[in-house]
Order: sequence, then C-alpha cells, then structure tokens
Amino acid sequence: MAELNLKRYTIAALMDNEAGVLSQIAHLFSRKGYNIETIAAGWTEDPQVTRLTIEIISDDARVKLLCNQLRKLVPIRSVKLLNDNAVRRELVLIKVKAENRDIRGEIIQIGNIFRASIIDITPETITLSLIGDETKTAAFEDLLKEFKIIELARTGIVAIERGTDTILN
Amino acid sequence: MKLKGAYILLECLREQGVDTIFGYPGGAILNVYDALYDYKDKFTHILTAHEQGAAHAADGYARSTGKTGVCFATSGPGATNLTTGIATAYMDSSPVVFITCNVNGNLIGKDSFQEIDITGISLPITKCNYLVRDVNKLAGIIREGFAIARSGRPGPVLIDIQKDVTAAECDYEFLPLEKHFEQGRLTRLADHPSVKSTEPNINDIKILADMINEAKRPLLICGGGVVRAKASSEFRELAAKIDAPVAITVMGGGAFPGGNDLKTGMIGMHGSQASNMACDACDLLLVVGSRLSDRVALDPASFASQAKIAQIDIDAAEIDKNVKTSHYIIGDAKKILASLLNLVNKASHDDWKKYVFSFKTETEYDDAEGGALTPKQILSAVEKILPKDIIVSTDVGQHQMWAIQHLKFSYPGQLITSGGFGTMGFGLGAAIGAQVGNPDKKVLHVAGDGSFRMNCNELATEEFYKLPIITLIFNNSTLGMVRQWQNLIYNKHFSYTTLDRGPDFVKLAQAYGLNGYRAANISELESALKDALASNKGSVIDCIIDIDEMVRPMVSGGAHISDFLLA
Repeated sequence: MAELNLKRYTIAALMDNEAGVLSQIAHLFSRKGYNIETIAAGWTEDPQVTRLTIEIISDDARVKLLCNQLRKLVPIRSVKLLNDNAVRRELVLIKVKAENRDIRGEIIQIGNIFRASIIDITPETITLSLIGDETKTAAFEDLLKEFKIIELARTGIVAIERGTDTILN
Repeated sequence: MKLKGAYILLECLREQGVDTIFGYPGGAILNVYDALYDYKDKFTHILTAHEQGAAHAADGYARSTGKTGVCFATSGPGATNLTTGIATAYMDSSPVVFITCNVNGNLIGKDSFQEIDITGISLPITKCNYLVRDVNKLAGIIREGFAIARSGRPGPVLIDIQKDVTAAECDYEFLPLEKHFEQGRLTRLADHPSVKSTEPNINDIKILADMINEAKRPLLICGGGVVRAKASSEFRELAAKIDAPVAITVMGGGAFPGGNDLKTGMIGMHGSQASNMACDACDLLLVVGSRLSDRVALDPASFASQAKIAQIDIDAAEIDKNVKTSHYIIGDAKKILASLLNLVNKASHDDWKKYVFSFKTETEYDDAEGGALTPKQILSAVEKILPKDIIVSTDVGQHQMWAIQHLKFSYPGQLITSGGFGTMGFGLGAAIGAQVGNPDKKVLHVAGDGSFRMNCNELATEEFYKLPIITLIFNNSTLGMVRQWQNLIYNKHFSYTTLDRGPDFVKLAQAYGLNGYRAANISELESALKDALASNKGSVIDCIIDIDEMVRPMVSGGAHISDFLLA
C-alpha cells in the first residue's frame, strides 16, 4: 500500500437544479467509499444551476478519482478541486443557556471578539450566529462550551477561489 | 401535432431507428402497450417469460448488433425484475435503454399498488436515469437517454414514466436524429463526457509512441473497450506492427482473433501461462479499454511490476482506478490507435516472443477416464461441427472460462458474456437477443447446469419465436466454480453446491417443444450437434461431465499473477 497522505479537500461543483440530483451525488460518495465531512448546496446567479460545496478527508490520488467520477454524472456541469487559499466559510447558529446578567455579559463579550452577531435573546438564552472557517467556529464553540450549549446548527462550508479564478477555469 | 405520451414514446423510438423491443406488459405500462398495438408493423416486440430475460435479451441484442437495446417493463415487480439485467449491462458497458412506467403522479409516494422508486434503486447501475412527471419533457428525455446510452462509454439508461404522463397529450414533432443536439435538453450536454469523448492529446500519443518504440518486451492487453470502440482492426494492426504479444480479457474476447499468432490467451485469474508470465516479465504493458479489475490485476501492487503501464480508456474515471499507470490517454480507442499506428516503428521482438510463447497459451487437458466427456472435447466438437462465425453467449462459471479459453473468436460481438457482474442465468436471454438481432447467424448458448436452471423459463420464448439457438449444458451436477474453490481452498467442504436434482433437461427441452439431447461421450455429442444444426430448431444438449473437472490455470484472488495455484 502506498502511504496515505490524508488531508482536507474542498470540491465545488455546478449541477442542474433538479429534483434528485443531490441524492445522486451524495450516493456516489457513499458507494465509492468516501465520507462527506460537510456538504452545502444552493442555487447560483442562474436559478437553474445549483452550486455544491463538499469537503472530504482523503488523499491526492483518491480525490482525483472522485472528481473524475463526479464529472461523469449527467446533471453535473463542472467540478473543481479548489486550491488551498480559497475563501471557505460556514455559518453556525448557537443557542446558549444564559440565565443571569453576568453570564449574558460574558457571552456577549466572547461574541464581540469573534464578530458573532446576537440574533435572539431571552431571559434564559442567547442565540448567536458566526461566520468563519472551521478553525474559527471550533474555537468559538469551545469557548461557549463553558456555558451550556442548548442547540447548534451549521450550514457546512461554502467556498470560492480568490482573484479571477472561478469554477469554470 | 398533439399526441399522447405513449405515442410520443414510440415516435421517439422511431427517431432512434429502433425496430425491436424486448419486454413484458403490466398495469402501469398499459397505455404504452395499447399504443404498441397500433404500431405492430413498425416494431417487433419480443415477449419474454420474465422481465429479467427481457433485460438480458436487450443486452445481448445490443452487444451482438452494436445498436442500442430497448426493454420495456411495468412498475413495481416488473421494474425490480430488470435490476440484475441492468447491472449486468452497466458492468460491461452495454448500451440499453430501459423504459418502465410507474403509477400515476397522484399515487407516487403513497406505497400504491405496484409502486417502486426504480430510479432510486437503479441509480448506481445506470449511466443515468429519469422519472418523467411531465409529458412536455418526455420527448427531450428520451432523446437525451438514447444519446447517453450509446455515446462516450456506453451503458444502460432507465427512463421511468408516470402512467398519467403516457395518457397526457402535448405537441410533438418528429426530430431527425442528427438534429437532436441542436435543440432541447441535449444542447446543454454537447460537451459533457457522458456523450462526448475527449479529443485525444497528440502529445500524449507521441509520448506513448516513444514508450512503445523504446520497449524491448511489450505486451498489449485487449479489453472490452476495443469491442465497444469498434477498434479491433486498428488494434490488430498495431500488434502486428510493433510485434507485441496480446493478452485478452474476458470482455476483449473477439476483438483480437483467437487464431492470431500473437495471441497469448486470456489473462488473470484463469489466464494462460503465457499471458500471466508475459505480464510479469514485460517492460511495457499497454492496456486498451480495460479497467484492470481484480480478476485481471489480482494483486495491483505487484501487477506488471517490471513494466511501465500505459492505459488507453474513454472514461477518465478508469485511469489509475485499480492500477497506477505511468502514462495514459483518455479518448476513443479507435482514434487513438489510428494515430498511434503512424507514430510507432515497425519492430520485431523475436527473443521476447520466444520467451512468452515458451509458455502455454492454452491449457492441455487429459482425457477423462472411461471415455467420459471433457470440457475440451466438448468445445473441440463445437469448433469442428458448428459454423466458425457462430455467436456464443455464456452463463457464468467454469463453462464460461472453458469456452473463452478454448473457442477461437474472430470478430467483436461474437462472444457475449457477463464479465463484470458475473450474472448466472444471463446466457439464454442474451442468446435470444443475439438471435433476434442476427437472424442470419447461428447462436450457441454455453451454460452450466446451475446457471441454466436459473432462467431456463426463457426456453418458452425461444420456442415461440422459433429461434434455432443451441444450448450446450456442461452438466457436472454441481456449481462447478464454487466447488473448485471448495476443493482447493475450503477443505473440500462441499457446502450446498451439489446439484443432485432435476429436472431432466432433455425432457424439459421437449416439454417446451424443443429438441433435447443427452451426450455422455464424444460420439453422442457430435451426432447431437449435427442433428441440432440440421434441424434448425431450438435445441438443448445436456453434456455430462465429471463433477471434479477444474478450470486451469488458476491464480487465487489477491495473489501474484504468476503464482499459479493450478498449472
């Protein structure tokens, strides 16, 4: 066996915005033996086209095979393995227990440091939203664990390359 | 012109030049069959005994004619009965369009009678599939489905149509095939790899030519892609010009003539000594149209370990999938080989050939005791008595390996066998499809008793349509290939492989209205073959062979290619 050099890869794909396409793509990953770390999909500037961002942990050879498999799917219009300096972001919503003024103050302070926004506040809870890559969101989550996280939801990473590079070149 | 969906479907088949359909009707597809009643003079519909038989027949038709096969089935069990046939076509890249109908749109998702999510089920075994919910999209989807099935790397496509769509009306206009990419859905796919093969890069071809010109010990592998690309004459010319031995995969059978002096025989698990030893010793291995599956590259790490490996494939996803290559070219094998031919030097590799052909290209079998039939004798009788251009379909197991090892196929499409999926019960349906598609040729169906028993219901189809197929059963009263493994690897624990049971295949054939013969020795076999041939009627010949006959040579799964378990 060749030595495996595992790292995180970001794959972006454009596909037809039609029923069943997402399951077709997710299915390809599972039947070829890849685990999806995050997956995010939404329509683009052209409403008939959906952009998909998938992150997986793999090695160079296997990720290349996967991209070739993806390109074969009929609803797929283009596939690109994004380079390492692509802008990668996800949105995380975190609801934290905050039952007194001190705790609320502390949570708000942490939120400010991370440039998170407070989107809901009640006498018992604060809900914050944060945008960032996984390092930033993980650090934020770690700090909030000190309080009680009641609920957490994340969108999965979306990514786009810097400069004039696009998925089509 | 306003037409109902069912009629649009049939008109679209006419656009494709389809004249033959294999199928089985049912409730959900009734509107289509009702329309077919009006198209009796335009389509030949072959009604099989079971949907699986129809699927294999459409596949056999496609493989033997080079056209796209078409198969109809109804919803629910009709559709699920196709699945083994779809998977068989998928694994061997055979172009078949499967049309199923589903329940009405208002019943979808309600676990209605005979409802099944066949597009979900067939997702991993089709090149693509569709559920048609809107009659306005029907024609476009059918045109797209056919284009995808036959283009690029061919494969099966499934189109599931809601029953209400087959009854609904919309405007339809006949669109000639050559205009399909100019309007409608297909325009967006014009450059998609599912319909368009990559233009081969000329520099890559030059690099490959240099590799070939430098090689001292070249070996070619002829895979199923040579058949699908109709590239056998270019392949043959290349082999002759560079004077390289040629090993053949199961799927490559027929693409390189069995009688050619450069042929080393089959390669892999049951590959010849010459093929496997050559693979181990070559300095350049040029693989054309083969994915080098685990039955060929048994141990990918040590496969052709002294060689640079170069791969030609139409499918980019096959490159480096199983075996890492030094060089590859993506594109149509016919085009690539044609330009390669102009760039390679004429060579002769006498010492290398002397080495390779010092090993056997074909297994020698001893005669059985007491004059019983041996597999080799059966196949020699076939070559002696039956026409040289006979189409051969096989089931899966020992008989399949024996047939491919010993019969000398001379043209692509002559051998029809389930190589990738290994579908027992494939052969009879496939033979029916091949005979329907090639009425002027003889068709031989080679089977084992286990495989034959699986789908012998199709003898009814063979008889009804007066198809003069000859079925040759290698009857060893066991699942021979499994028994062989049990004999060699599983301590002779013959766990549920002995088939000591009926029916009497001779009487069975007669019950279906066909000729039935039993052959326990060579003279009985020869007279049965002559009689079957002369009668021009469907025939079953039950050949009795020893229960412990083995396929030789054999290399275990995962082992080094020249590490023969059986010589």
